[in-house]
Amino acid sequence: MTETQSFYTISAPPGMHGIKAWLLTHDHKRLGLMYLAAVLFWFFVALFLGLMLRTELMSQGKTIMEPELYNSVFTLHGVIMVFLFVIPAIPAIFGNFLLPIQLGTDDVFFPRLNLFSWYLFMFGGLFALISLFWGEGFPDTGWTFYVPFSVEVDTNVGLTVTAAFILGMSSMLTGLNFVTTFHRKRHKDMGLMQIPLFTWSLYATAWVQILATPVISITFVLVILERFLSIGLFDPDKGGDPLLYQHLFWMYSHPAVYIMILPGMGVISEIIPVFSRKSIFGYKAIVWSSMGIAVAGSLVWAHHMYTSGMSDVSVFIFSLLTFLVAIPSAVKVFSWVATMYKGSIEMTPPLLLSLIFIYLFSVGGLTGLVLGAVGPDIHVHDTHFVVSHFHFVMFGGTGFAFFAALHFWWPKMFGIMYKFKYAYVGSILAGIGFLFHYVPMLILGMQGMPRRYYDYLPQYETGNFLAGIGAYIMCLGIVIMFVNLALSFRKRVVAPADPWGGTTLEWKVPSPPPVHNFIEDPILPDFPYDFSGITDSVTENTDERV
Amino acid sequence: MEKQEEHHILSYKKLAMVLATLVVLTGITVGVSYVDLGFFNVPVALAIACIKVTFVLLFFMHLKYEGPVIYLSFISTVTFLIIMIGFTFFDVAFR
Repeated sequence: MTETQSFYTISAPPGMHGIKAWLLTHDHKRLGLMYLAAVLFWFFVALFLGLMLRTELMSQGKTIMEPELYNSVFTLHGVIMVFLFVIPAIPAIFGNFLLPIQLGTDDVFFPRLNLFSWYLFMFGGLFALISLFWGEGFPDTGWTFYVPFSVEVDTNVGLTVTAAFILGMSSMLTGLNFVTTFHRKRHKDMGLMQIPLFTWSLYATAWVQILATPVISITFVLVILERFLSIGLFDPDKGGDPLLYQHLFWMYSHPAVYIMILPGMGVISEIIPVFSRKSIFGYKAIVWSSMGIAVAGSLVWAHHMYTSGMSDVSVFIFSLLTFLVAIPSAVKVFSWVATMYKGSIEMTPPLLLSLIFIYLFSVGGLTGLVLGAVGPDIHVHDTHFVVSHFHFVMFGGTGFAFFAALHFWWPKMFGIMYKFKYAYVGSILAGIGFLFHYVPMLILGMQGMPRRYYDYLPQYETGNFLAGIGAYIMCLGIVIMFVNLALSFRKRVVAPADPWGGTTLEWKVPSPPPVHNFIEDPILPDFPYDFSGITDSVTENTDERV
Repeated sequence: MEKQEEHHILSYKKLAMVLATLVVLTGITVGVSYVDLGFFNVPVALAIACIKVTFVLLFFMHLKYEGPVIYLSFISTVTFLIIMIGFTFFDVAFR
């Protein structure tokens, strides 16, 4: 494949050049890369803010910022990480780039709508930026925008929830595009049980995006109406109910956890069999567990509200339902481990990051059970234990799956290889730093240190200091990882079409792919993970040349 | 890939009949609101509204002529809504 034939050099629609070819593109691959640029920008902003938070907490009293700024920084960190990084990262970047290729087609079903989704994403981010410098500045409510505080506070809540509203629309439209593409544009000979697991996970995620996101959109509109018209929906004096807000918020925001983690699980399901040179264990079980997580994840939202004053019956039922989600999650973890068992394992950076994912996600899942059970939850509610738990899931899970996906599909997206050595160093530092960062928080939470507090009692100082050290090690690892990837553009070691020995359709097309993905009608294997014909090892293809 | 459903164009006559049915049902809703049915005031109004929605979905939105994927998608959406509203009553009804 010559470079002139790749999607970088031929625009879709044809005849456009330069920046116009990007800003008006209908090509799902270009849009994936445009999401990559935007999402990475926000990731590093939020990472920096998080690091500042932990630096502030490394010693008692004021370290680097005042309490008011601290409140805004943790809100900003949460809003950016959730709405502008974790939710869109894998579906918008890798989903856009790979879903049509894995389905054997040339684009998503609604290419123009796809472009519109990207613009909505950019406008949402722009609104969030404007709210920093407009009026009374960024909200200090936390990313949850709980009433009555969010209705009464003077800061820029209105503009920020508008930003989240717009970002929600972007997410919904992406989901709609994926579901429609899955059903209407898949290769005519591709049966449901021939679809790669990453695409299955995106499909399950897309349904959650379509069904749950409108709930948060409506809720944010209600917050704005409350702020400007004081209707009293959440005000008991006017017949309203503050818990109504929490119900509405978590009806979206708990399923949103599965919008975050399901695509990450899909990534791991792709990487593990490739580097184990072995068919994925329990393909159908993984497919059904993805759909099971999407359904079960929609039934458990009120487990965030055990201490809020809702009825005991509700607490009991939601606690019981919460344990159901553990089953499909465990099906996946056991299937990944069983896939590696007696496999011909070849270590690569994507596999190492996937293994780190499995470990960290397992800790995140198991600490989730501690919180799902009412008794221990009441003890550790709103403490650092909760902060640590959801970072194990969102960052240890989705974040590391994102890093793994980036290292796995980097050769496909850019047609170049990166140095393995620095990728290993970065991954190991990030993994070790992660544990040093978040394990002290689990202990601090058990000891009773609340979340979101600017200052703390002397007995919590050692734990917070250690967590701060871990944060710096973790960030160093992440920076090494990304500098290594960026440097691959300088050396430009050309990647072959299939550098890893993958079997799904994206590895059958050139790296980077041509504008319409397939030059000829693709030949579909009966099963997407059949490694019987793969004999080359990864290192023969790549490592010696890097 | 699932089979594409054929496009189905409804006749003006059929559309007009559905419209007339909807107008009549709206009239019934207004009429019933003047009758005190006690506990049944709300259930009756909701039942009429549901019948109207069914007509709109089946004919104006062509659900009657769609395939299983669209049916399943629609049922999933309604089920999600039922869960969201229904499960809230585990809290509200037992406080």
